[in-house]
Amino acid sequence: MFSWDLVANAVVAGILLGGFYAAVSLGVSLTFGLLDVVNIAHPAFVILGAYAAYVMNSSFGLDPILTGVLFTPLFYLIGAGVYRIYYGSFERRGEESLRGLVFFFGLLFIIEVALSLKYGVDYRMVEAAYIGKSIDLGGVGIAFRLLVPCLVGLAMTLALYLFLSRTFYGRAVMGVSQDQVALRLMGANPVRIKTIAFGLGIAAASLSGALLITISPVVPSTDRDYIGRVFAITVLGGLGSIGGTLVASIILGVAESLMATLFGPSWSLAVSFGILLLALAVRPAGLFGR
Amino acid sequence: MKIRGALVVAVAVIGLGVLLGGLRVNPYIYFAGYVVLQYVVIATAWNVLGGYAGYVNFGTPAFFALGAYTSIALLEAFRAPLPVLILCGGLVAGLLGLGIGYLTLRLKGVFFSIATFALSVVLQTLIINWDYVGGAKGYTLIRPPVPFFRSWAVLLFILMVVLAVVTVLVARTIERSWIGRGLAALRDNEEAAECMGVPTLRLKLFATTISGFFLGVAGAPFPYYVTYVEPSSTFDLNYAVNALAMPMIGGTTTWLGPVIGAVLLGTAQQIATVTISSELNLLIVGVVLVLFVVLAPEGLTGLVRKLRRGRA
Amino acid sequence: MTTAGALLDIDGVTKRFGGFLALDRVSIQVRPGERLGLIGPNGSGKTTLINCVSGALPTDGGRILFEGRDITQLPAHQRTRLGIVRSFQIPKPFVSMTVLENLGIPLEYAAPARSGDAAVGALDILRMIGLESKAHLRPAGLTQIEMRKLELARAMAARPKLLISDEAMAGLSSAEVDDILTILFRLNEQGITIIMIEHIMRAVMRFSERVVVLDAGNRIAEGTPAEIVRNAAVEKAYLGE
Repeated sequence: MFSWDLVANAVVAGILLGGFYAAVSLGVSLTFGLLDVVNIAHPAFVILGAYAAYVMNSSFGLDPILTGVLFTPLFYLIGAGVYRIYYGSFERRGEESLRGLVFFFGLLFIIEVALSLKYGVDYRMVEAAYIGKSIDLGGVGIAFRLLVPCLVGLAMTLALYLFLSRTFYGRAVMGVSQDQVALRLMGANPVRIKTIAFGLGIAAASLSGALLITISPVVPSTDRDYIGRVFAITVLGGLGSIGGTLVASIILGVAESLMATLFGPSWSLAVSFGILLLALAVRPAGLFGR
Repeated sequence: MKIRGALVVAVAVIGLGVLLGGLRVNPYIYFAGYVVLQYVVIATAWNVLGGYAGYVNFGTPAFFALGAYTSIALLEAFRAPLPVLILCGGLVAGLLGLGIGYLTLRLKGVFFSIATFALSVVLQTLIINWDYVGGAKGYTLIRPPVPFFRSWAVLLFILMVVLAVVTVLVARTIERSWIGRGLAALRDNEEAAECMGVPTLRLKLFATTISGFFLGVAGAPFPYYVTYVEPSSTFDLNYAVNALAMPMIGGTTTWLGPVIGAVLLGTAQQIATVTISSELNLLIVGVVLVLFVVLAPEGLTGLVRKLRRGRA
Repeated sequence: MTTAGALLDIDGVTKRFGGFLALDRVSIQVRPGERLGLIGPNGSGKTTLINCVSGALPTDGGRILFEGRDITQLPAHQRTRLGIVRSFQIPKPFVSMTVLENLGIPLEYAAPARSGDAAVGALDILRMIGLESKAHLRPAGLTQIEMRKLELARAMAARPKLLISDEAMAGLSSAEVDDILTILFRLNEQGITIIMIEHIMRAVMRFSERVVVLDAGNRIAEGTPAEIVRNAAVEKAYLGE
């Protein structure tokens, strides 16, 4: 039955979820929004991050978010390496679209299958002090396992925004998406800038993976749920807009949460698809697009 | 080779298939052959859009499963015969292709690709919730007594031979026609093609519809093959990866590529599933796909072409 | 000049990119058989205007008429079939096809050939432009100027009534520029109206009967090459105050 309490809880949960979705989407906002590289394998890297957190947590009892932070340098290097291969094989030859897409899809597939070979298809989860606790604000329950990832997600969004607008390399990244010639004249190497940006995107995946497994258990195929979400958010928010990513994430989070509460959880994936199609049909430039 | 020559070869191949059906071998061989030929249809169908037009469809499972589930729905409602199932499975999947194309093909190609991926996930959710066709529990088909042939294994095998031949013929005809040339132009440079008079949107929609149609055709007999149809195996990511890998390995610019890729990779996989785990099998497919995309993007037919040109 | 009898009538065309006004009610009429030069500093809107005329971009205001017919809503490929053909600043050849096959596409789609004429027509064009020996090569094997020539040849294969040449000579040597100019003159003699967008002033002034100057999305001057050279507004646009 309909009750305002239920709706209020769903909305709050949705907002918190949105903060987390922003963390997951930041990497794609960077690589697809600014670099025009369609890395559909990003969710697979997120899952990889989730499993890293799982392994560290179950073997050494490390807090998942700590693991996520610790692994960012490694993921950065992986991202930089992947971009180099992509650049050398496709971008330089000017054949990005078809082959690049297939390349990343292949990567996604390899990561997912490798994980299921190693860890099987059982759900994996982590244990931490704050999972399972919640606080009550005026009748609305706020679970810590949602709150903490949301806060970290917001922090990541802010950090990326500051990086892009205030630092030299960040501004170079913004520049490389608009005018490569000017960038060269400034003495910056576009390929190097793009490598850094891509590496950062994958590094973000490490941390968001840790957040993911904090919120709910994962299996290797969880990445597929996020492909639709991540691109729905990136399109809705507007390619290249970090603020737009955040807004779109929250919209998606709330929509999914309401849908799940009112119609059942199995429809929540259809929400992201629906939003994606709607955005593409009505306003492909997104809410804040360039 | 003119169209008459191609038709002669086609009939000969079908004849060969019928002959093979007369051999007294282990029925498993026929089932394995069915799977490989099914992949010929899938890879060829995928390539009409992916290789000829350059638009990557990640949602092959959606179209394939739609063919299978349309069959189930029609069987439940009308006990429709197999030819009707195949035709309708194709039509419904073709319509899906047209629809998704109409929604996304006016934008950059990558949005079409993402939409097709999300399509698979959503369609699977819909089917899981639709009990008429079995839902999550699955649907069991009891095969009626086999008409004409010795066994269902043989019938299905020969059916797939026919479907594979037809699909390849259609793809070849498209490739060599003005449509094929227009598709190649828009694949090479869509903006230039449009400015040279090629109606790019119309051609893209044509390709998506044909591709979807034959993917649905591949899936329509599936219930007869497996007898127990449930969503997770029908929407298997396997189909998505193989649909990409087979044309990539064989070569995407010609009809021969998907055929070679399907036969090679499909046969290898059939042998592999007996010896190694299916997951390791999948992993190898993924690695082979990435290696080919990076190192030999024009596939085997492309390598042969390069060798010939180097020698000339 | 009145709009009646104009081959191409650009009537108050406006184009915005977000908040940026790229074209501000630009009006230009082109007579049949004319050689029109379109010049202006970088960012003045020349290529945007061409994109609007060819149909690559939709307009935000105004109309475009071709041979008296309103084509503002027509998609690009249909405009090509009517006879508006453009070449690209950065050549966009069909890389998987030979030079000859590259011409086959417009011959087949934009100017449907009478049976059997297709191959002959393409070779004639290649001969005229000097690419005959490269007919069976892929674009990857062509030099810079050969690519530009291919771009022009492809445009010619579409049997244009109006040819828009977008900076076909950028980066070419003096001799190569003359080469291209000769081809364009010959095309004009055959009755093809030509709009030339160029930064190489020598070429524009030699080629054009009339020159239109754009600056920041506005038409700021129009006249014979001699008049334009002396025009103060044009000088200001290019050199600043």
